[in-house]
Amino acid sequence: MQKYSIFNLVKNAFSNHQNWDLAWKDPTPKEEYDVVIIGGGGHGLATAYYLAKEHNITKVAIIEKGWIGGGNVGRNTTIIRSNYMHDENGLFSEFGMELWRKMSQDLNYNVMFSPRGIINLAHSDAQMNAYARRGNSMRLNGIDALLLNREQVKEIIPMADFSDNVRFPIFGGLMQPSAGTARHDAVAWGYARQADSMGVDIIQNCEVIGFDVSAGKINGIRTSRGNIKAKKVGLCVAGSTNILAEKLNMTLPIETHLLQACVSEPIKPVLDNVVTFGAGHFYVSQSDKGEMVMGGDLDGYNSYAQRGNLPTLQHVLTEGIAMMPFLSKLKMLRTWGGIMDMSMDGSPIIDKTHIEGLYLNCGWCYGGFKATPASGWTFAHTIAQDRVHELNAGYSLNRFSTGHLIDEKGLGTKTWIS
Amino acid sequence: MLYINCPHCGMRSQNEFSYGGDASVKRPELNKEISDNEWDDFVYNRKSLRGKHLELWQHISGCRQWIKVERDTSTHEIFRTFKANEEIA
Repeated sequence: MQKYSIFNLVKNAFSNHQNWDLAWKDPTPKEEYDVVIIGGGGHGLATAYYLAKEHNITKVAIIEKGWIGGGNVGRNTTIIRSNYMHDENGLFSEFGMELWRKMSQDLNYNVMFSPRGIINLAHSDAQMNAYARRGNSMRLNGIDALLLNREQVKEIIPMADFSDNVRFPIFGGLMQPSAGTARHDAVAWGYARQADSMGVDIIQNCEVIGFDVSAGKINGIRTSRGNIKAKKVGLCVAGSTNILAEKLNMTLPIETHLLQACVSEPIKPVLDNVVTFGAGHFYVSQSDKGEMVMGGDLDGYNSYAQRGNLPTLQHVLTEGIAMMPFLSKLKMLRTWGGIMDMSMDGSPIIDKTHIEGLYLNCGWCYGGFKATPASGWTFAHTIAQDRVHELNAGYSLNRFSTGHLIDEKGLGTKTWIS
Repeated sequence: MLYINCPHCGMRSQNEFSYGGDASVKRPELNKEISDNEWDDFVYNRKSLRGKHLELWQHISGCRQWIKVERDTSTHEIFRTFKANEEIA
């Protein structure tokens, strides 16, 4: 594989950049693989990469119905954080933060990781208390957290509404300075390129239409491009999890819902951090191109449509304007939607299943992008060793029946309420 | 914007409704022995169908009645609506 470097950039400039190697190949599916990963999104690509890198398993195929990186990794709001209170979520996400910090070097691909900090705003004394508690829990798990008062928040984001007669005055906020953003497409492409270079077959335009299961063991998959034998199969299909689970006669604690995001026209740098509104569900950051990147609530009903509806967008942006009134002056450049695998406690599932050789990675709700490296790393471990790692031991499939839920927000089973 | 034909009030915009989830989920009969798996299915496990989906909505800013709506989850097309207690063939 051609290394991306300043030297190679200069060298290729002499041939007008016409002679770069392809970033990944377009192989035809082989008859058999050791591991087949279904889903060529961020998590699937990362899983294949860590299978090859950490476990030396390279007879691996990624089966993708469309094109790689075309799902949620290509349509998220790129926020990376580990500001969780529960140990399972905190330790898992902080492990991911370590991987984010060295990702560009690891992948030889600039993922533009930008640890610009995230601020969750508080709008009442009670919320300040809750944030203090969460911040302390984070620090106990070795995650950086700062509790900011109103003046400190004002210094960082003076453009927010600090006037006296607002419905939700800003009391302060909880900041994780090491949180940030990254270039989402680059994450998918970087993992794909490295996985491909280590021998992983990335098979696009290949739909899974069935599974070959006998005597409680997986033998392979049936696809639109023929049958593929596999010793192990990993499901990494986010919003399409229920569709594949149905083919396996499994009913999962997952519902698929629609989430929208949007960007404004580009403006000069105004916002250095990621900021979230504490009296509803709205978050905003500014991209390197200058667009304000915004998102919030689910549309609120089961959907596979990947396109949203205006009432939710209006509701979300009303919160945004309440928080930062200047946003009302901006033109909307683009809105889009994706489908989320909403789990019943808001936390993911990375586990084995009752079918031998079949592994499940789903339930990422609003937070799949930031989990990409940790999810891939732990899922690869779970598949390679046929047992969960301590980092994803809490993300078990049977926690719902045993009552060991990880309900970070305390919302219960109405996945569409936030 | 979705438009939902409330069986009590007529056609209204989605802004008047709130969602209540899969209407095909049945609470286990309380007067018999219920296994943990049955509770699990009732509380947590969902089919989350792609295509026709029967779901509960509440006309919260209207008559406040719960209703059933048959809607396509991939196109958002609404086919039929029912009163909550209506048996559906």
